[in-house]
Amino acid sequence: MPSFVIDEKCDGCKGGDKTACMYICPNDLMVLDVERMKAYNCEPDMCWECYNCVKICPTQAIEVRGYADFTPLGASVVPMRGTEDILWTVKFRGGTIKRFKFPIRTTAEGQAPPDGGFGIGPGTLDDQLLFTEPASLKADKLWTLGD
Amino acid sequence: MQEFKLVEITTDLLIIGPGMAGSGACVECAHWAEKNNVKITVVDKAAMERSGAVGMGLSAINQYQGENTPADYLSYVRQDLMGLCRDDLVMDISRHVNGTVHMLEGFGLPIWKDADGNYVHEGRWQLMINGESYKAIVAEAAKNAIGMDNVIERVFIVRLLLDKNDKNRVAGAIGFSVREPEIYVFRFKACIVSAGGAVHVFRPRSTGEGLGRAWYPPWNAGSSSYLTTTAGAEMTSQEVVFIPARFKDGYGPVGAWFLLFKAAATSASGFNYMAEGLAEGGELHNWPPYGKVKPIPTCLRNHLMMIEMYRKGDGPIFIHTDKAIAKIAEQAPDDKAYKKELKKLEAEAWEDFLDMTISQAILWASKDVFPEEGPSEIMPSEPYFIGSHSGASGAWCSGPEDIQTTESKNEYFWGYNRMTTVKGLFAAGDGVGVSSHKFSSGSFTEGRIAAKAAVKFCVENPELPEIDLAEVAKLREQILCPLKHYEEHKKYTTLGTTTKKYDLPVEEVNPNYITPKMAIFRLNKIMDEYVAGWGSMYNCSATTLNIALSLIKLLKEDLSKLAARNLHELMRCWENIHRVQIAESHTRHKLFREETRWPGYYYRSDFPALDEDKWGKVFVNSVYDAEKDEFTMRTRPILHLVDIRKVVGM
Repeated sequence: MPSFVIDEKCDGCKGGDKTACMYICPNDLMVLDVERMKAYNCEPDMCWECYNCVKICPTQAIEVRGYADFTPLGASVVPMRGTEDILWTVKFRGGTIKRFKFPIRTTAEGQAPPDGGFGIGPGTLDDQLLFTEPASLKADKLWTLGD
Repeated sequence: MQEFKLVEITTDLLIIGPGMAGSGACVECAHWAEKNNVKITVVDKAAMERSGAVGMGLSAINQYQGENTPADYLSYVRQDLMGLCRDDLVMDISRHVNGTVHMLEGFGLPIWKDADGNYVHEGRWQLMINGESYKAIVAEAAKNAIGMDNVIERVFIVRLLLDKNDKNRVAGAIGFSVREPEIYVFRFKACIVSAGGAVHVFRPRSTGEGLGRAWYPPWNAGSSSYLTTTAGAEMTSQEVVFIPARFKDGYGPVGAWFLLFKAAATSASGFNYMAEGLAEGGELHNWPPYGKVKPIPTCLRNHLMMIEMYRKGDGPIFIHTDKAIAKIAEQAPDDKAYKKELKKLEAEAWEDFLDMTISQAILWASKDVFPEEGPSEIMPSEPYFIGSHSGASGAWCSGPEDIQTTESKNEYFWGYNRMTTVKGLFAAGDGVGVSSHKFSSGSFTEGRIAAKAAVKFCVENPELPEIDLAEVAKLREQILCPLKHYEEHKKYTTLGTTTKKYDLPVEEVNPNYITPKMAIFRLNKIMDEYVAGWGSMYNCSATTLNIALSLIKLLKEDLSKLAARNLHELMRCWENIHRVQIAESHTRHKLFREETRWPGYYYRSDFPALDEDKWGKVFVNSVYDAEKDEFTMRTRPILHLVDIRKVVGM
């Protein structure tokens, strides 16, 4: 059922009114049952399987079971996202296991500089130069019609 | 029904929807706003860290100019859209996009490099990236620029407010929190609408649990189009949909397979429809001048596929991943190098899915599919509204002042770049029409362009316009109507009295209301069967389009009887109101353009050919009068700013 929460592993993010999965879901699908302190996916057929809830869950309580319309049971795709890399474990229905590791960013978390390292540039509100140009273009000037 | 608190916020510039375009707007306008003392506020239906179309991630940046010129890029876009594009808008993005890509790299996005330190191209314009955290990184730069105090998350803007004294001037926006009982009213001098394209207007191929497996994200509900249209902004090319042909069911990307691995696609019996279509006397020659030159436009590639599948019955279409991998690996000098190369290719192929369409990875794993062992099926999807890709729908916007001829300046420029025909109302990304093929990097760029112009607008128009409080009160009631409607009628039938939370997905049958899920199904059925969805094999005619319009009219009446059991469903109700608006606009545009310009996107069976003389030189535009609920259709000229002698390919 797209993303699902494993009852035993979910701790409702230990109090508060919002869990990590509720914070992140782009489609507002995750809900916390405050009586039981367990989260659940309230509308699985609107799940995009974007895995953001899976990646963010602090107790690894969320997994994805492929859409039942067309996905045979038995496989799993599980990410482990760190601060620099993501490690994927793909388990096939027939038992094959593949692991992949890919980088996710080159700057420290929280440190993305808005100017990308290019500085603010000489533009004014009345010209066509954007913030950081022309340095960020790695060109002397901005193209215009006739160039 | 619980009481709703009114939250009022006054700012100078409101950015509605910080996806790629809106995040670009944040980064850019933070700089100009600080210099000019302009206050910026950002509002997001979700959490900015993963909102919008890039929320899952991406495996490529599809627009990078490198050493090519803006005219080169224009040649490709004009060709791909069968002649339909605004030269000024496309070249404007093109001239800035290298700067954006270099900034993205500076934010921390890993872009593949070769041994010499150069970007690895997937095609002429496309760069390969490790894009799992693409949106998170971009949103982080945007938040660092603008300050988290100016970002409001989980608030869904449902309507713009016009100036009480000037109906052609935007003055505010109204929406609600999807988490707390709160109505939000914003007052501002200008706003940028970058609230995405539209998904689930047409019936998707999977309608059970897989309903959410759309190619573009299900949370893109046509809000950009709704907000600008109902504010009275002129809209353009709403007839143009995009139909991606992707791996069947999972909708996994095929770009790397076609461009990087050079895989071929054939019909079931092995007919290489693209090569044969291009060959002398082939089908593509029936679509001059666009069909005669490479690259083959996206719609024509679909068209060739559809002929095999639907006319000849020679489906499915196979993409020969096995042969492509074998061919690349064969070039290895020895067995050890071969194995190493195969392992590298395998990782690249899987990353393509894991970065942006994880469902496809699950699907291959669940069916024990190994791409090196055999071919896979590809399939044309349902239609999408996505002005940023190989679609063109969106608001009719002013272009830049300097990329104009004397003639085009009269038609395409009215003071502020990316401002719609409503004063102070700017658009970017999927919100802007006939500014196609901007993808993630170009959308971010267009957000930057719009942001600088919008700050300039705020500086030059310093007075805060007045909102109409009677209109606000009316809209407030309308917004909450589905909750009230449910409370009033729920006791009439048995299920409505249930209080258990876990029954939320259960549909309630009640003659007094319609649930948001059934509203979407009703819309999907109309669009699929009468407006050229996959169920009608992408065919429509004046007859079917008029039937659709009469059914949409009834649906619109029933939208006043939508019922919501909670805030989440209230969001779904309003998303569907947004969807129905673009559905009607689209149908009217399709009816107006009496030709088939984009075979493979849709066919007008009563006008089955391209009519270059009558329709090749115009855009179809429309203006909606919200008070009268009436559309006015018109055309605008397509003006060429540069002569294209040779089309530069992919």
